[in-house]
Amino acid sequence: MEPFDFVEVKVPAKAEYIGVVRLSISGIANRMGFTYEDIEDLKVAISEAITNAVKHAYKETGEGEITIGFGVYQDRLEIMVADHGGSFNLGEIKEDIGPYKQDDDIEELREGGFGLFLIDALMDKVEINSKYGVIVLMTKYLHETGVGQDGDQITTPQ
Amino acid sequence: MNLSIDVTNNEGVSNVVLTGEVDAFTAPKLKDTLLPLTKEKGQVVEVDFQDVNYMDSTGLGVFISALKSTKEHESEMRLVHMQDRVYRLFKITGLTEIINIESTVQGGM
Repeated sequence: MEPFDFVEVKVPAKAEYIGVVRLSISGIANRMGFTYEDIEDLKVAISEAITNAVKHAYKETGEGEITIGFGVYQDRLEIMVADHGGSFNLGEIKEDIGPYKQDDDIEELREGGFGLFLIDALMDKVEINSKYGVIVLMTKYLHETGVGQDGDQITTPQ
Repeated sequence: MNLSIDVTNNEGVSNVVLTGEVDAFTAPKLKDTLLPLTKEKGQVVEVDFQDVNYMDSTGLGVFISALKSTKEHESEMRLVHMQDRVYRLFKITGLTEIINIESTVQGGM
């Protein structure tokens, strides 16, 4: 299996914590060597996903937690945003994940107007798992130029 | 990680100076301040973005609402001194076509 570091952050499902997560991602992305522009893109993308999760959590119960996972790889950063407080079972999430479809339970992203559109525009790959709550998995590669970025390599069995 | 909003009014022009970040937390406050200003016929609302260092779709939503309100109430809105990074979001969402924006570095992206 490809080696990577995993960082998990859990915050209350409240809008005031979105800025805190932006600071986390800017720290991680900066350490990895992302450019200033890429870091700004990452900040917007993660905020869009968390804004969606906050709205979702609020609609359900008015409280709750959001879990954010950062997969730090040699060549890319994978970000998971889950609208529930449980920890990630990486294997399970990746098994069920796929490109977002029209019928997925992501109406908040659409209602929010440009949220999902921006995530899609700013990240290299976006997938949604809506089996247990909604999990947004998005990937940004360290070097935009070059080949082999179709992302299929992670599905190769060990 | 906060947003301060300073409004000064003189002779039909409201100057709104924003400092900080516009996100899901601060956007409601911005909307509450901005929308009433657009409801006066003939009013010009100028929003200064010089010190806005972060904005996302929640901010775009506020300015779309404000634009709609200006059409409805025959007022006017312009966004000035916008930084590159923020301008880019208006650009990729196509909003530069419908909102009057002066960026500090026009069309860098």
